[in-house]
Amino acid sequence: MIKAVMVMNTQGKSRLAKFYEYLSVEKQQELIRGVFSVLCSRAENVSNFIDAESIFGLDSHLVYKHFATLYFVFVFDSSENELAVLDLIQVFVETLDKCFQNVCELDIVFNYSKIHTILDEMVFGGQVVETSSSEIMKAVEEISKLEAASNAISLIPKSASGWRSR
Amino acid sequence: MGSQGGFYQSKEFLDLVKSIGEARSKAEEDRIVLNEIETLKRRISEPDIPKRKMKEYIIRLVYIEMLGHDASFGYIHAVKMTHDDSLLVKRTGYLAVTLFLNEDHDLIILIVNTIQKDLKSDNYLVVCAALNAVCKLINEETIPAVLPQVMELLAHPKEAVRKKAIMALHRFYQKSPSSVSHLVSNFRKRLCDNDPGVMGATLCPLFELIARDVNSYKDLVISFVSILKQVAERRLSKAYDYHQMPAPFIQIKLLKILALLGSGDKQASENMYTVVGDIFRKCDSSSNIGNAVLYECICCVSSIYPNPKLLESAADVISRFLKSDSHNLKYMGIDALGRLIKISPEIAEQHQLAVIDCLEDPDDTLKRKTFELLYKMTKSTNVEVIVDRMIDYMISINDNHYKTEIASRCVELAEQFAPSNQWFIQTMNRVFEHAGDLVNIKVAHNLMRLIAEGFGEDDDNADTKLRSSAVESYLRILGEPKLPSVFLQVICWVLGEYGTADGMFSASDITGKLCDVAEAYSNDETVKAYATTALMKIYAFEIAARRKVDMLPECQSLMEELLASHSTDLQQRAYELQAVIGLDAHAVACIMPSDASCEDIEVDRDLSFLNDYIQEAIEKGAQPYIPESERSGMLNISNFRNQDHHEASSHGLRFEAYELPKPAVQSRIPQTLIASTEIVPVPEPMYPRESYQTTMPSIPSDAGSAELKLRLEGVQKKWGRSTYTPATSTSNSTSQKTVNGTSQGDGASTVSSMRETYDSRKPQVEVSHEKQKLAASLFGGSSKTEKSPATGHKAAKASSHVVEKSHVPKSSLEVASEKATPAQQPPDLLDLGEPTATSTALQLDPFKQLEGLLDATEVASAVNGAPAASRSPDIMALYADTAAGIHNKNDADLLSGLSNPSVTNMPGTTAMPQVTQSSSKGPNPKDSLEKDALVRQMGVNPSSQNPNLFKDLLG
Repeated sequence: MIKAVMVMNTQGKSRLAKFYEYLSVEKQQELIRGVFSVLCSRAENVSNFIDAESIFGLDSHLVYKHFATLYFVFVFDSSENELAVLDLIQVFVETLDKCFQNVCELDIVFNYSKIHTILDEMVFGGQVVETSSSEIMKAVEEISKLEAASNAISLIPKSASGWRSR
Repeated sequence: MGSQGGFYQSKEFLDLVKSIGEARSKAEEDRIVLNEIETLKRRISEPDIPKRKMKEYIIRLVYIEMLGHDASFGYIHAVKMTHDDSLLVKRTGYLAVTLFLNEDHDLIILIVNTIQKDLKSDNYLVVCAALNAVCKLINEETIPAVLPQVMELLAHPKEAVRKKAIMALHRFYQKSPSSVSHLVSNFRKRLCDNDPGVMGATLCPLFELIARDVNSYKDLVISFVSILKQVAERRLSKAYDYHQMPAPFIQIKLLKILALLGSGDKQASENMYTVVGDIFRKCDSSSNIGNAVLYECICCVSSIYPNPKLLESAADVISRFLKSDSHNLKYMGIDALGRLIKISPEIAEQHQLAVIDCLEDPDDTLKRKTFELLYKMTKSTNVEVIVDRMIDYMISINDNHYKTEIASRCVELAEQFAPSNQWFIQTMNRVFEHAGDLVNIKVAHNLMRLIAEGFGEDDDNADTKLRSSAVESYLRILGEPKLPSVFLQVICWVLGEYGTADGMFSASDITGKLCDVAEAYSNDETVKAYATTALMKIYAFEIAARRKVDMLPECQSLMEELLASHSTDLQQRAYELQAVIGLDAHAVACIMPSDASCEDIEVDRDLSFLNDYIQEAIEKGAQPYIPESERSGMLNISNFRNQDHHEASSHGLRFEAYELPKPAVQSRIPQTLIASTEIVPVPEPMYPRESYQTTMPSIPSDAGSAELKLRLEGVQKKWGRSTYTPATSTSNSTSQKTVNGTSQGDGASTVSSMRETYDSRKPQVEVSHEKQKLAASLFGGSSKTEKSPATGHKAAKASSHVVEKSHVPKSSLEVASEKATPAQQPPDLLDLGEPTATSTALQLDPFKQLEGLLDATEVASAVNGAPAASRSPDIMALYADTAAGIHNKNDADLLSGLSNPSVTNMPGTTAMPQVTQSSSKGPNPKDSLEKDALVRQMGVNPSSQNPNLFKDLLG
């Protein structure tokens, strides 16, 4: 099971934080800081794995990937495969890239809710449900379309019901 | 910036993010956020806010909470949003509540109804949003409220909904297995879903179910195997391919499940062999995900009933991983090796050098993983090297969590495999010195017991030697500035017990040291207490030996201080010391017999020796003692413990809450350890004994005699015969780096290709000497010196040739070593082992260096046309984008990152001479000239990239 997904920039500013078990805001911040302090001390071209037990408790693995100014971090337990999670990060970033055409840090900041939508299509309740970036894109686009439409005619009640057949 | 995708953003939000991004300090950021909170508080409660605006406010709330600030004032608005009809608003509401609230929050009650309604919605997107909330917000009590709806959704026409419904049900199972136990069969049914995606999702809950109860799912082995077969044979549609692999994530999950099902089950395992073998053969090892599947195969093979052919394939893959340049693959290789050596320990041998490379790798993660592997393969033959390495590493790190772990592992290994007591004590000293505050107090007690009991064999002489050496080492260590409390306790105890035993040190030496300890650590009462008791013992032994006792002035002042101490324990000890000093030799010898810490004390629980005294008192008219059991009518406040037993007859007030029924053990715990102090709350074998001995020589306590027996569980039981050859372990500066080794290395380098030779300079050879020695001591002593099976890789051929050669003498050495005395052995071992190390190291390292240079960044590797290139346009794009990005700082970072490689190349002028110098040191002038030319051709200078290798050279 995936315990947490985090995106932070190279200065330690959190860009996205999603914990699949409830944690208080303070605890979340503490973990984010803990992860960042480990990440920023890592050299280039070393492995993408970190022993996370001192931060997240027993049976926690951490995989991260560094893209430009951002760290993408997944924390999970032994029911996942480290290399596979590395690819999961790849899928996530690919999807973001497709979604924003050349994604950059600011896209992630300004489209906060959309990033969450993408992540929710991929990881659901801590389990990986979709690993194909094109499938995720399809779902997200559909949501965007419907949301935009419902946004325009939000005064009409039950407006969403007609679209199901599409 | 990319498209906004129809998501509305206002200027305000943009400004907020920008100003936070530009904040120079945490305080400034906090100020901005607090300002924002004030604004939001005001705005959000205004009437008639347009939905779009409201949505943005909520997003801003989520954002500030992510930054670590309290946004609870807006929770209720988020809850309200979930009630909205508009999909956009509703989804935002759900997103916010799943991030804000936990399942026990008060506001959940306001959402459950909405969730129920939304789960029945016609719009599947609404259903999905609700399911998402279900996963996060429904707790054990509210599961029944939504369970029927979720169950209906398992048959929903949309596969996305079915998938999520399964996950929600899985979540219910995780939260409260009993509430959905009757529905578990649904997971089995969904395994046959028409949509492979749904089937894949079902594997997640099934994996968990099977992990909890393997036997109920054995019938599914055939199904899982056939699914895996179909997936591996690409029967799924192309849409499930990922990087040309057919549904790798499903394969991984299936392999994990098979590993569970096949564990220790020969029949089930036999069904799996073919398909796992197929995957081994077909799997694409050039992509990351392919390797993930291969790794999972190894895990599966090492878990199920062993099959020689599969084990061989697994070993092949492991050697490929270990030889890879990618740290990730090395990491996986080490992990996989750790799994496989449980079944076939001999495979570790062919990878010895790779393992040592990983041990010296700058990557901490890899290093730790390697220590984990070494921990698993420790034997009595290599324990010294491994523990030595572990302690060195332990000293070098600051992470207390890991330090504790590695310290306890050192202790465990040392206790289990220690070749000699001497070594054990020295090792323990090092562990205590550097991580004393982190290890369990039990370890200290074990150490004391070991010193007290000695080898357990009837060799008093050896025991005495052991103690003398312990005393000597402790007196030396006491000179160190700051020692952990636990270690000081051990030191004090040993000095007290054996400090003067061998006559090497005089009582005044020892007592002086003990006083110093008590003074230097004056705020540690436990240490002071140990020191005081130790002083008492020293004096007692002196008195018993009828020597004149001169109390040192510092000792006297210490006693004066302690007599007035606030700690009653210290006070008592000081008074006892005073009393003991006043006694005559015979009495002292009775109270404090020398070297008697291991003898059992007879405890007379009936206090029969007091009978005369009692008789006398009763005759004088004293009231006879009424046992507690006969005193039941009285209000007995002081005896809560027995209250329970006399419930029926007792009419007194109860002062305690009802207790849970306790197991019978309770009654056996001594009611009061009279002499015991706060130092040792749990009766430890050493300590209580000591205190009884010191404080009440003739008045037995009512502690159970069972408590006084030395507990022996958990003590080291196996003391391996010292098969180990001492000199191999640590003698880094042995002069036996012979010409032999160098010439061998040279020969090997001619075997290997040109490209590799360029790097075979002196430092390389030296490094491999070290490594090789290490390898010899780690692996050389293993019981089986089988020839390493020739691996099928071209790269390995050159080396395996040499490896085989070197193995022959090694195994003969093995035979010889049994007869030879250890003292003669080390040089032989070193000399013979060398060729192996040198040759393979030569093969491995140049690659690493080259890669280290070229692969400075991930982007660089993509540019270099590595296989990853086709998949990495996004990464490039990311780079390009940030370069043009708004954040100036980021730009700077990026630039400096990109310019790094060039920077490292710059100082070539200064470093070049060194390279030349180093090559001229090489064994063969012609070779080294060639090498030099090659180096110049490449125009690179590895020194800054791989500093470790060149440390020797640069001094």
